[in-house]
Amino acid sequence: MTAYYLILAGVILAMAFHGLMTRANLLRKLMALNIFTSAVFLFLVALARMAEPLDPIPHAMVLTGIVVTVSTTAVGLVLLLKLYRRTGSLTLQSADDD
Amino acid sequence: MSAADIAGAALVVVGVLFFLSGTLGLLRFPDIYTRIHALTKADNLGLGLICLGSAVQSGSLLTALKLLLVWILVLLAAAAGASLIAQTAHERGIRPWERQE
Amino acid sequence: MVLFDLILGLLLVVLVQKCLSVTDLFGAVISFMAFGLLMAVAWVRLEAPDIALAEAAIGSGLTGALLFSTLGRLPHSEARQPIASRTVGSGPGYWLAAGFWWVSIMLLSVAFFLSLLELQAPGLGGYLQERLSESGVLNPVTAVLLNFRSLDTVMEIAVLLLAVAVVWSLGTVGWPAKQKLSLPLLVGLVRLLTPVFLLVAFSLLWRGNHAPGGAFPSGAVLAAASILLLLAGKTIRIYPLTMFWLRWVLAAGLLVFVLAGMSLMFAGYGFLVYPEQWAGTMILIIEVSAGVSIGAMLMALYIGGEPDFHAG
Repeated sequence: MTAYYLILAGVILAMAFHGLMTRANLLRKLMALNIFTSAVFLFLVALARMAEPLDPIPHAMVLTGIVVTVSTTAVGLVLLLKLYRRTGSLTLQSADDD
Repeated sequence: MSAADIAGAALVVVGVLFFLSGTLGLLRFPDIYTRIHALTKADNLGLGLICLGSAVQSGSLLTALKLLLVWILVLLAAAAGASLIAQTAHERGIRPWERQE
Repeated sequence: MVLFDLILGLLLVVLVQKCLSVTDLFGAVISFMAFGLLMAVAWVRLEAPDIALAEAAIGSGLTGALLFSTLGRLPHSEARQPIASRTVGSGPGYWLAAGFWWVSIMLLSVAFFLSLLELQAPGLGGYLQERLSESGVLNPVTAVLLNFRSLDTVMEIAVLLLAVAVVWSLGTVGWPAKQKLSLPLLVGLVRLLTPVFLLVAFSLLWRGNHAPGGAFPSGAVLAAASILLLLAGKTIRIYPLTMFWLRWVLAAGLLVFVLAGMSLMFAGYGFLVYPEQWAGTMILIIEVSAGVSIGAMLMALYIGGEPDFHAG
């Protein structure tokens, strides 16, 4: 069953990474980033489950990771609002578009 | 399996059926007001039955009280949430659905 | 139970797909929050109740609130506009890049699963169990977070504080704009729930010693209570904290943590190396201050700028 969760983590990771690379909307990129980290956490915790006895150290690492992700997301969202007020767009334009 | 286990499982199953009908209402009902009606009514009863079933299975008074507390808190949140959604929808000028003659 | 895991995994994948490609941002945020809640179920299945609590409270709840407040500050059209077709590009360059990523991810996964077959499971669990009695707490996760690897946690709180500093430096905001509707039910609910929130936060903090819980879920519950108070703030008068005290509350967690570490150093133990008989007490003090601080920092992130109490 643990192997199943490892594979699931891989699938979600790939989907999130694809989204992160291909979506232009920055809010969506931020959500993709959050899903990406969730997939990494899922992977770590599934590995921890393989150990005998259960290894709580990855659990502590993931708890730290969740808080860092929220900090990143919050800063990202404030920057996104700033960008929107300045350019009226939620996407990044490359320099030659202007 | 003891009688309490079987009774608990039966209650949980009935609760799940209520959740199912609530979800069916959410998907099939025509407008926002009827949908939140289906959701809050059926799901609250369903959750109550699931909590009751789990309490019967747990066989401990403390756990039963905790489950009761869970149910009461969800009831409060669901009632307030549903009313907020309905009020906002009404304020936005969404008219309740009427059967077309 | 295998069927349960299969359905759970399928739902997670479907929700990720919806979140990344559904047409409107509002729907995407809803899918994202549903994803977070189902992840909490997955954590329970993987016997990680600590993470389930943190994911439900912070990962799904607070991140969801952050996303919603951002959507609320954008014009209505931007949030509901269909945008799915707007990707970075659609020419041959785009497909080349996408193909490249997919192929490399596939190759990486294959290499990875081949190496998994030979991988030794991480095995610090037994070692931790042996040393748990020295840590002053009974929950192994709390022992790692606040004793054996407490330096990581210091840094984590510092990152959170840094995020607040960055957000504040980007501008000021007044109190959230007055709602057009009067929502007496929300106000009543908040009146009723605020004491419950405080009780739950305290209980999570206290439980962290021997069961899943601790400063982070507790801080998240405090932040949720404050956000609800803010949302209902039209008629419940919030005592205006002066900026002076708010700054101290925000910094208290890091300050107490570092001061505890320094004083231990001067007592001859080393930075955050607790003597065994004091470990439990010190962890409790650090956790209480960290919990309150984390609650304040998460709320500051939600407000999304340096609060300007005179405006609005």
